[in-house]
Amino acid sequence: MSNILNLRHSVLPGFRLSFGITLFWLALIVLLPFAALVYSTMGMGWDGFLAAVGSERVMASIRLSFATAGLSALINLVFGFLVAWVLVRYPFPGKRLVDALVDLPFALPTAVAGIALTTLYAPNGWIGQFLVPLGIKVSFTPLGIIVALTFIGLPFVVRTVQPVLEDLEKELEEAATCLGASRWDIFRRVIFPATLPSLITGGTMAFARATGEYGSVIFIAGNIPLVSEIAPLIIVSKLDQFDQQGATAVALVMLGISFVFLLLINLIQWWAARRHGAGR
Amino acid sequence: MANLTTESRPVRYALTAVALLFLFLFLLLPLIGVFWEALHKGWQLYLTALVEPEAWSAIKLTLISAAIAVPLNLVFGVSAAWAIARFDFRGKSLLTTLIDLPFAVSPVVAGLMFILLFGANTAVGGWLQDHGLQVIFAVPGIVLATVFVTFPFVARELIPLMQSQGADEEQAAIVLGASGWQTFRKVTLPNIKWGLLYGVILTNARAMGEFGAVSVVSGHIRGETNTIPLHVEILYNEYNFVGAFACASLLALLALVTLLVKSLVEWRLHRQQQASTLRTAEARLQAAQP
Repeated sequence: MSNILNLRHSVLPGFRLSFGITLFWLALIVLLPFAALVYSTMGMGWDGFLAAVGSERVMASIRLSFATAGLSALINLVFGFLVAWVLVRYPFPGKRLVDALVDLPFALPTAVAGIALTTLYAPNGWIGQFLVPLGIKVSFTPLGIIVALTFIGLPFVVRTVQPVLEDLEKELEEAATCLGASRWDIFRRVIFPATLPSLITGGTMAFARATGEYGSVIFIAGNIPLVSEIAPLIIVSKLDQFDQQGATAVALVMLGISFVFLLLINLIQWWAARRHGAGR
Repeated sequence: MANLTTESRPVRYALTAVALLFLFLFLLLPLIGVFWEALHKGWQLYLTALVEPEAWSAIKLTLISAAIAVPLNLVFGVSAAWAIARFDFRGKSLLTTLIDLPFAVSPVVAGLMFILLFGANTAVGGWLQDHGLQVIFAVPGIVLATVFVTFPFVARELIPLMQSQGADEEQAAIVLGASGWQTFRKVTLPNIKWGLLYGVILTNARAMGEFGAVSVVSGHIRGETNTIPLHVEILYNEYNFVGAFACASLLALLALVTLLVKSLVEWRLHRQQQASTLRTAEARLQAAQP
């Protein structure tokens, strides 16, 4: 085994055991289910696949899922950067509490977030009552989906940008100031380029997570076909009707797009690491 | 010039205010909302909602599935971290990517995959059912889905930690004659215990709170295959808001504990790092003295 793996010699024991457990568990929990998905796809054929995915309702849901995920990722890029910036650069009371709170969407179950947001943004809710006079409806519209996805995605952006901002060398900014650059110039030409790779990574992660999100969205979305019905919900309703083939087809389209994004994240990280390394 | 590298005071205050307002509206208010909705009609109703038999059986099932899923992923996570952070082998980055795979999959798709694998009309599922084991729409399916969605957390937490700590201390222990287990117990474990604790707590929080994947495989049989999040959904859709938010508040409390442990762990790791930097500096100083 160590020959195939080209294992470098180490005095530490336990490679066979730990690698064996890892591979076994990975195969059982992750690879086997994926194999099942691939297997049932192969039995489907193009006609079955297109029939399941091609309907107007399914296409609308996939478009909606990716559009709302994209918009929420954009919102999170702006506010996530701002939050990370404020947390790293400015002192204010209660900072550690605020910093801990940023991880809430990781820790709070999605269904809980879903019903809480729905209640807040309902026409008589704490936030909704102020939006109704302005003619803004959030609950049961695509806007509600964006709100839920923004909640879910925020920590991804903050937590990837924050360490980069912390490591930024202040000397660069001091030098730029001495050379006569304004704060805005420095932000645009020194700080922003340095944080851009992490922003792209964080935004992509938030986007990828948002496309598959289910629990927090279904309560606030209202799930009106062609209007506010997301792709994961289509999968669930197809399964409820025992249409496993249809559900698989929709899942496949979503997985394909997720894979592209995972690949993209890795490429970006590789590119950022190389650029960072070259700067040294 | 007071400070070359910061903005003027009005800009600072304005940016801080906007960031805090955003966090207040998007994070804090939903959290407060959960507890408010659960409690604003009084403790009596809150407690009644929690001891009701269906809520109670959902709580029990949630505890059981977490009690199975978390230890399994703990063993896996530690093994994966040991293999990946302590050895160099071909295909390591592929292995790391595969471990991260459950992150990239929609929870609903995760549930679907287990239905395709273990559903009653599949080869494997049919065979298991003939031998008296129902997976889908039963507890084993819920456990499997939970294990899948929480699969990467412990490994994800430990791998960067162990990589940054390096293998020097463990190599020294082995060279000095300690056995593998002794080395792991007395050298590795004390070094990674805080990261491990957070990994386990996070795994547990996600295991107890998972909704999408579990929802797909559970079949929603009341009093039998409902976990707390699924029970919350049912109560909410029946307009029993106090009941829904009472159960939700349990999960929100769990989330708060998770955040607390995370802050604690980060603080500990920070101190540990400072202490070890200090030790190294002292050792160097002593070595330099004649």
